[in-house]
Amino acid sequence: MQTRQITDHEVSARVPVIEARDLRKTFESINAVDGVQFAVQKGEVFGFLGPNGAGKTTTMRMIECVSPRTSGTLLVFGNDPDIAPAKIKQQIGVVPQETNLDPDFTCFGNLVTYARYFDIPPAEAKKRAADLLAFVQLEEKRDVLIDKLSGGMKRRLILARALVNNPSLLILDEPTIGLDPQARHLIWERLKILQAQGNTIVLTTHYLDEAARLCDRLVIMDNGKILVEGTPADLVQRYVGSEIVEVEKSDRVLACLADMKVSYEIAGDMVQIATESARDIARALLDNCQPGKVITRPATLEDVFLKLTGRTLRE
Amino acid sequence: MQHLWAVPHISRRAWKVWQRNLEVFVKTWKVNFFPPFIEALLYLFAIGLGIGTYIGGIGGIPYIQFIAPAILAISIMNSAFFECTYGSYVRMYYQKSFDAIIATPLTIEDVIAGELLWGATRSVISVTMMIPVFAGFGVISLPLSLLVIPLAFLGGMLFAGIAMCFTAITPSIDTLNYPSFLLITPMMLFAGTFFPLTLLPVFLQYGALAVLPLTHLVIIARMFTLATLSWTIFFSLAWILVVTALFCVISINLMRRRLIA
Ligand SMILES: Nc1ncnc2c1ncn2[C@@H]1O[C@H](COP(=O)(O)OP(=O)(O)O)[C@@H](O)[C@H]1O
Ligand SMILES: [Mg+2]
Repeated sequence: MQTRQITDHEVSARVPVIEARDLRKTFESINAVDGVQFAVQKGEVFGFLGPNGAGKTTTMRMIECVSPRTSGTLLVFGNDPDIAPAKIKQQIGVVPQETNLDPDFTCFGNLVTYARYFDIPPAEAKKRAADLLAFVQLEEKRDVLIDKLSGGMKRRLILARALVNNPSLLILDEPTIGLDPQARHLIWERLKILQAQGNTIVLTTHYLDEAARLCDRLVIMDNGKILVEGTPADLVQRYVGSEIVEVEKSDRVLACLADMKVSYEIAGDMVQIATESARDIARALLDNCQPGKVITRPATLEDVFLKLTGRTLRE
Repeated sequence: MQHLWAVPHISRRAWKVWQRNLEVFVKTWKVNFFPPFIEALLYLFAIGLGIGTYIGGIGGIPYIQFIAPAILAISIMNSAFFECTYGSYVRMYYQKSFDAIIATPLTIEDVIAGELLWGATRSVISVTMMIPVFAGFGVISLPLSLLVIPLAFLGGMLFAGIAMCFTAITPSIDTLNYPSFLLITPMMLFAGTFFPLTLLPVFLQYGALAVLPLTHLVIIARMFTLATLSWTIFFSLAWILVVTALFCVISINLMRRRLIA
């Protein structure tokens, strides 16, 4: 029987960029990552959301081959991080949660030195460093030491550093943490460009608007487990509904809502009602219950997040 | 968990870490190159013109010629030891440089190997600065003394390995002071440096030969600078080689244990 040769291209189209099955990581007694399963496809922006301590960073570090897994399957570009870490690391770019630029070098020096770790020849490294400084709008800071940069500039430089090896997978652990809106928007724009160029991007974030804006698909993690997975719009529709009515809490309002048989959630001094038709609920409240302030708005990822992970504060 | 004495796999990429450190060193060359040069001069004046005039000589050798190789050996020890304790600790803990580098194709083994090689290179640089001063004042014999330069690399690896073991287990930068005053300072004084080992009680002589790494470095350096080679050089060389290999391997495995969670 004649069998057709499967080309490399066809294989890479089918193999996910990252594939995790029953992936676990235990630190002494803590199950930081407790049996997660996910697959990231080529060209997508895949997000990990979750409160502090959910296990996002630990998951990223396993993918980056800097932290060995305790058990389970993990494949990056079809390779096992335990077996072929250098091969994987050659193809990924990492923006770590903690900024670790080299304070002994300038911005330009950081990029050139980092490029050398990837065996990029000096002339090529210098060219890329110059291009990348332009890409993150840091040309003016070319010869400035790291200590003299603002937080936003450091984060941009780290993004540039992560791109120095032309990675086909970019892993960003809270890329915009602590940045002002201008810096966040610049990073978002840049990530959009990178995505448009066909890069695969995995990111973690606390900022739900960031996730909604950037991610094609995302998971919400808590306590080392993945709670849900889907596109941002899907998740909102599936777990909350399309709209939210927020009304000031009072006994009258609560009694009214009980009469109307709508389920609600109390958030501080407000009551939140998830619904398909905010208008009808708001009208009913206004007509019959003498409410204080009433707000209607579209449901967001934040509502999903809070619904799934609760309102208790995390460390 | 790997055993402490498992031979680590190290790639040629280790040299990239060495190169990084060299570049930083060269950038600040003014503060880096001259200390060994000045140190050699200070010793020459203090000992040669000062103490040396009270001490006739040791076994027919002028005192300054007796201690010149010890000063070289101490410099080998200090350069590598302090580079791979305080220097490496700062890069590891405060600068998070190792974390940044292991996200590239380098492994933690490559990084630590690069740090060790760099520590040894610091020793080579130091004696290379000092030898011309000593030679200029005629207190070491040429050309045999030039062999102290390759010896500095070997001795540098020895003390880099020892240092890195402490760096791998120290809870903070302050506790690195313990090995430096409980180990390095006594060695500086009692390893046959400023007075011959034979002045010590016999059991201490054997003790020094058995456990004080600097002793062997001084013995070899002295053979070179006084041009008094003897077969016992092979014993000291073998001692250094074995102990160097042991500490370098253990230090890499300890570092792996500390940094890869
Ligand atoms: N190196 C470590 N040693 C011990 N516990 C750790 C270590 N790294 C993370 N953890 C623990 O694992 C859990 C998950 O942490 P992390 O992955 O950093 O969460 P996230 O990034 O989602 O905030 C936390 O409880 C954290 O304290
Ligand atoms: Mg994190």
